[in-house]
Amino acid sequence: MSEPKSAPAEALLSLENISLSFGGLKAVSDVSFDIRKGEIRAIIGPNGAGKTSMLNCINGFYHPQQGRITFKGRTRKSMRPHEAARGGIARTFQNVALFKGMTTLDNIMTGRALRMKRGVLWQLLRAGPALREEIEHRRFCEEIIDFLEIEHIRKTPVGKLPYGLQKRVELGRALAMEPDLLLLDEPMAGMNLEEKQDMSRFILDVNRRDGTTIALIEHDMGVVMDISDRVVVLEYGRKIADGVPADVQGNQKVIDAYLGVPR
Amino acid sequence: MFYREAGQFKTSYAADMAIFPIRQDRIAMLLLLAFAFAGVPLLAAFHVPPFNSEYLLRAIILPFLILSLAAIGVNVLIGYCGQVSLGSGAFMAIGAYSAYKFNTGIPGLWLPPLPTLASILLGGLMASIAGIVFGIPSLRIKGLYLSVATLAAQFFFDWLFLRVKWFTNYAPSGSVSAPELSFFGLTVASPVEKYLLALTFVCVFALGAKNLARGNLGRQWMAIRDMDIAAELIGIRPLAAKLSAFAVSSFIIGVAGALWAFVYLGSWEPLAFNIDRSLQLLFMVIIGGLGTILGSFLGAAFILLLPIALSQLPAAVGLKISTATITHLEFIIFGSLICFLLIKEPLGFARLWQIGKEKLRLWPFPY
Repeated sequence: MSEPKSAPAEALLSLENISLSFGGLKAVSDVSFDIRKGEIRAIIGPNGAGKTSMLNCINGFYHPQQGRITFKGRTRKSMRPHEAARGGIARTFQNVALFKGMTTLDNIMTGRALRMKRGVLWQLLRAGPALREEIEHRRFCEEIIDFLEIEHIRKTPVGKLPYGLQKRVELGRALAMEPDLLLLDEPMAGMNLEEKQDMSRFILDVNRRDGTTIALIEHDMGVVMDISDRVVVLEYGRKIADGVPADVQGNQKVIDAYLGVPR
Repeated sequence: MFYREAGQFKTSYAADMAIFPIRQDRIAMLLLLAFAFAGVPLLAAFHVPPFNSEYLLRAIILPFLILSLAAIGVNVLIGYCGQVSLGSGAFMAIGAYSAYKFNTGIPGLWLPPLPTLASILLGGLMASIAGIVFGIPSLRIKGLYLSVATLAAQFFFDWLFLRVKWFTNYAPSGSVSAPELSFFGLTVASPVEKYLLALTFVCVFALGAKNLARGNLGRQWMAIRDMDIAAELIGIRPLAAKLSAFAVSSFIIGVAGALWAFVYLGSWEPLAFNIDRSLQLLFMVIIGGLGTILGSFLGAAFILLLPIALSQLPAAVGLKISTATITHLEFIIFGSLICFLLIKEPLGFARLWQIGKEKLRLWPFPY
């Protein structure tokens, strides 16, 4: 589905020699790779390979013991999650992490929290600039709701929604942040074929229409090979392959990691 | 039958985001406000029962209004931001004693006696500051542990206002009396005037709280309440969100405390704001409905009015029961009602109200 990009774009994010351990357990050891501007980058690997830990390092939820992360030309060892959000990194979670008591619309509106600037006193009056700001962001969120085809559940508390729709709302919340880098942690886990097709369509649309760079973890190899530009493969916290889908598919190490090696 | 939204189309986001998007709700609210602001004083002026008795206004409606206000404050913190606090009584006390000190003047700080309104609002501000200080542990500890930390605030301020005589202007009995209430030259003394004063405060604060809760700040509070990690990952700073909830909540509770002391009690001692008060407010919020402004009113009404109604009931239907038995019965019925309600509808009266409204849209037709 996706053609390889002709000229390699500059790296939006690069990870150099990242090592992360919890006590004696090494979750990630000495992993380096980069994510180029405008690409869909897949991170795959068997369970426990350190994929989610990698995402957690990128958006500041974990602080790697070693290594450097360069995002938009700024290098730092680690950052706080809200700093990453301010920098333009949004993410979704493997287990949906929505605000269950709030409606779909409110959930997506929280994604705009950083962009709403009016002070508490204006909000208290909910008039003038504060109301205009609220309406302007509401309009933006309504566009996302249209795009994700979730108009009918706009005012439903998300706790009541089925799993597939919750995943969609979560993507909507991340999109509301207008991120430069969107991290998707198993966006298609537990979905049926149709839902996966829908989700793939949304991901490709976001990538092509808005030019959002996407890094995703996914176990469905069909989806990964179809939609991603480049794939990095982790196993036991180490990088074993990195390249375009076709290369990775033929890589003997990757096949061994997934199928096991006969002794 | 009458509660239909059919035909009410919204053509702008502003209309959809209005506080009462349904026309019938708007009309009902206007009627209620008109009755509360104009009807009740008129009925009282023409001595129409039951508004001819001072008892109703002074002993039932006035405390209901002020405690509703306090419950709104508690709801901001517990219902919207999810930070369980048991120190609400202490923040009421801070509001009350600070307002008293500002109102009588603080010579040590070269502060002359301030007008009543300024004193009450400054009382709220003091409570707000204390709220922020005692909210700082919330950044590290959650849930039950946080509630124990706020309990410390409760006991500390109980002790402070009882033992440090400066707060009571060295009154020998430890109890202080509110000075005359005057607002822009108008003196508030009669029950109707006090009622109108409390009503104004409650309406203004309820509207403000509602506006905050459905705006950006309120969404941040709810995000922190529902999943603090996800909230942080979308850029919400837990520090700012939690402390702002503590500040706003304590401000409202502080103002309610100042009103409780100045307008309802008249003269008071620290006992008026002890742990019982905190628990009472907590129950109001839980039974009324966490995370709703309406729930604060419903909860306050239930906790405050039901015992009174229960104690009047046997006499009203002509049963002769001794007062002691009535008191016991009151506790039994009240307690079992609370259990029943929380089992049947854990989200409280506000949720019941919402369900009722949804049912009413179809009634009397099956679909």
